[in-house]
Amino acid sequence: MSNVMNDERIPNNVNLSSDKRLQRALEAWQPNFLTWWRDMGPAEFQADDIYLRTAISASSDGWAHFDYVKMPDYRWGIFLADPVQNRTIGFGDHIGEPVWQEVPGEHRNALRRLIVTQGDTEPASVEQQRLLGLTAPSMYDMRNLFQVNVEEGRHLWAMVYLLHTYFGRDGREEAEALLQRRSGDADKPRILGAFNEPCTDWLSFFMFTFFTDRDGKFQLLALAESAFDPLSRTTRFMLTEEAHHMFVGETGVGRIVERTAQQMSEHKIERPDDARKLGLIDLQTIQRYLNLWYSLSLDLFGGEISSNAAHFFATGLKGRAKEEEYADHTALEGAYPMEVVRERRLVRDDIPLRNAMNEQVRDKYVVDCQRGVDKWNRMIESFGVPFRLTLPNRRFHRQIGLFSDLHFSPSGDLISDEAWQAQQGTWLPSESDKAYVRSLMKPAMPKPNEMAHWLAAPKQGIRGKPVDFEYVRR
Amino acid sequence: MAAEQHHPPVRFDTHPDRYRHLALDFPPEYGGAVARLQIDIPEDGGLRPGYPLKLNSYDLGVDIEIADVTNRLRFEHPNVRALIITSAKDRIFCSGANIYMLGMSSHAFKVNFCKFTNETRFALEEMSEASGVHTLAALNGTASGGGYELAIACDEIVLVDDGSSAVSLPEAPLLGVLPGTGGLTRVVDKRKVRRDLADVFSTVAEGVRGKRALEWRLVDEAPAKGQFQSAIKRRVEAMVQRSKRRAFAPVILPALSPTRGDNRVDYKYVTVEVDVAKRTAALTVKAPSSDIPATLQQLIERGAAAWPIQAFRELDDALLDLRFNYPLVGTIAVKTSGDAKAVVAMDEMLTKQAENGLVCEVTLLIKRVLKRLDMTARSLFAIVDRGSCFAGSLFELALASDRIYMLDDTEAAEGEAPHIALSPMNDGPLPMANGLTRLQTRFLGDPLAARRAFELRAPIGTQEALAAGLVTFAPDDLDWDDEIRIAFEERASMSPDAMTGMEANLRFAGPETLETKVFGRLTAWQNWIFQRPNAVGGRGALTLYGKPERPEFDFART
Repeated sequence: MSNVMNDERIPNNVNLSSDKRLQRALEAWQPNFLTWWRDMGPAEFQADDIYLRTAISASSDGWAHFDYVKMPDYRWGIFLADPVQNRTIGFGDHIGEPVWQEVPGEHRNALRRLIVTQGDTEPASVEQQRLLGLTAPSMYDMRNLFQVNVEEGRHLWAMVYLLHTYFGRDGREEAEALLQRRSGDADKPRILGAFNEPCTDWLSFFMFTFFTDRDGKFQLLALAESAFDPLSRTTRFMLTEEAHHMFVGETGVGRIVERTAQQMSEHKIERPDDARKLGLIDLQTIQRYLNLWYSLSLDLFGGEISSNAAHFFATGLKGRAKEEEYADHTALEGAYPMEVVRERRLVRDDIPLRNAMNEQVRDKYVVDCQRGVDKWNRMIESFGVPFRLTLPNRRFHRQIGLFSDLHFSPSGDLISDEAWQAQQGTWLPSESDKAYVRSLMKPAMPKPNEMAHWLAAPKQGIRGKPVDFEYVRR
Repeated sequence: MAAEQHHPPVRFDTHPDRYRHLALDFPPEYGGAVARLQIDIPEDGGLRPGYPLKLNSYDLGVDIEIADVTNRLRFEHPNVRALIITSAKDRIFCSGANIYMLGMSSHAFKVNFCKFTNETRFALEEMSEASGVHTLAALNGTASGGGYELAIACDEIVLVDDGSSAVSLPEAPLLGVLPGTGGLTRVVDKRKVRRDLADVFSTVAEGVRGKRALEWRLVDEAPAKGQFQSAIKRRVEAMVQRSKRRAFAPVILPALSPTRGDNRVDYKYVTVEVDVAKRTAALTVKAPSSDIPATLQQLIERGAAAWPIQAFRELDDALLDLRFNYPLVGTIAVKTSGDAKAVVAMDEMLTKQAENGLVCEVTLLIKRVLKRLDMTARSLFAIVDRGSCFAGSLFELALASDRIYMLDDTEAAEGEAPHIALSPMNDGPLPMANGLTRLQTRFLGDPLAARRAFELRAPIGTQEALAAGLVTFAPDDLDWDDEIRIAFEERASMSPDAMTGMEANLRFAGPETLETKVFGRLTAWQNWIFQRPNAVGGRGALTLYGKPERPEFDFART
């Protein structure tokens, strides 16, 4: 085994040291990954020591090992969740049959597409966030950003592992292409729309980790149901890391909301302008950012009526998140009642269940998002501020699916193009909103005890360390 | 499949001593230069029970004998320069494929039956053109449908003008289907009957007799009964005169007698291994160095046991076996093993000695079998791995395949890595139905690539072959097993109908010939019509043939 490819350097539980094919593939890919990381990973912090969590084994004590590490030296590893003995396929036409340990030839292309699509989001988000470190509100937040970044990098490794191990030359070429596409690049963009949106301020970053990474969670949950067992085991392990990303989003937005509501209460102010005068992000602006990132993230679930999703479900490639919570796992009968657009009008229609798979997963996502929003609202309420954040209707501002050709208000009403043009500035971040939020982002390396003015300090630090611990050492 | 399962497997081995439907003799007045084939089909002579073979109508069993005749005339009777095909029955030459047999057969069987008869008709034409065994259809009675199609596959047709004997293609007006053995194509393309007259001819069930048949070019001569025999004699003698057949010592073709086990068949050089669950088969041709004739003398001495004759006869039989007896095997791994250098040396000898009569027949045999492979409606993936022998004529097996997988063997010792080789046999003697070589067809968009391939020095290694476009994929030893497994699984999961149609469309790029028209246009239309309610529905014409009811058509045109 070469020096680069060893179990110490690349922690894993996939027998890398005896898998010649994987070694060969990684030997070619890993140097390109590092080049990509240096070019597209967090700007200007590659030489610093960051207090990071590294997964060094899949066991309960091994997946969260904390220490200072320079990001390029981060030990990106390959982990699968432990196998479930005698696991059988849990849904679709092959329900009850043993799961697949190899890719069936029949499904090679569809599976590869699923894995590539998932894999493409991982480096994309690192690219989207690469300048955020420069304006971090605190060292604590900076460290969390880098933690998210290296773990997105590890999730890329996880998908690349599947491509390398199960898809031969095609898989190696796709793994290489994952390093070639660039978020927001006109010529070679990332595959999904939300991953080409710029994410250059911390409000956007927290919204992204709350809403967009939460889509990731549900996609991983759906893939964890897969009949292709290596995909299921890979995604189950990824979910343990994804939880932290959503924690960053939920507490990040929550701390901004807390700071604003607390200051509004303290200074007895109500108008957004007055909040801005105090250097805060007003709740109305937070609502507009929420509207944007929520609607972009809803698109990631795909079309409301999807024959692709039906095919994935029928063949066992991709299930519904938490499939065990459904009564019927074949979904051959029954219908999903849905508002659809006919001749520019909303009408109720019954969609065959299998064609409504995306919508069923989206339902669960909406419930999950609402839970976080409720928490933020309790925070606002606790300061006696009457404002409440709301999730817009899922028809609002959609680029994909049934509602993408028409305009809907945040309450879900069909509105004219003129009405949309007139009001979208009150629903989505305007240029002046963005300029204001950007103006709060200070390009300076925070000291350990510094916290930006526009957000509250977290309740506690990382892994028992104080909030003002030196999480990033230069 | 279900229909076939009730029947014993079809076997293609036969011998003139065992013919039930034909009588082959060599009339002494021609001094052994003429063979005569008399059709005399007993009504109870069907391959399967349930349909009497009335009026010299035929089924697959008859065509197996016709195919056998052509093979034996080529190898066992090198002095024969003309073949008369006639009938031993009075007033009827042949009334074509038996309608009741068609009505009882599965679609797959009908398709394969028609394909085999078509291949045999083309073999008759090739025997005349390339071997100098000219053919005369002596129609002493009516030739209808497939009977006229058999006649039209001959060089010349003499129809007795007795006031009742006719030639006809009654399929369209009578049965609502097409003549399935190239009749329509040959009427306009080979005999160059005017298309409007051909239209009339093909829609008149009772056909055309005597003088008019002659005027319309449907026959070459229509003598009265009294002059019939002398007309035949005159024409046959002229054929013998102009024949360019080159004599050689007869090569007697023994039965192949393979060993048949559970899902495998072992011939001397060819092996078929069927994987029932995966619906795949491996078809392997072996070329052991000691058995490959290096000189003309060795070829002559070994006779039918000589490798190219034995191996390609076996391959021919194996292909027919797969077609008729393994309908569920959709994807075939085409494999070879043996000594590539010996095959190339033999090929060079065969091309150098092309003027020799036996060499000519050997080359034509290889050519016909390769065409049979081209025409086999199964997905073919050639597997070039360590020890394989895709060289020269055997490389044609790979070129005939839909894809070629070649192992990039990074672990192999010097000289052991997989390789391929070209020979002069890849450059002309073995054309496809489109008249081009397989290399020319492969590189239709880049004719120079075919030339450049011949400049590569053998043995051609994997990367070189890949760069030259001679193979499709070159997975290395780490990827190989998985890539091959996935490729076969993926292929086997696709619609068999779509694969058949797709492959037939992709395999024959380039110019049209009579042959591509028959196998492409005619066959595709016929197979469509065979599925349509107007032919095979409850009130379809084929269904109701011989019954008192009239067919009812859906008159909507496409």
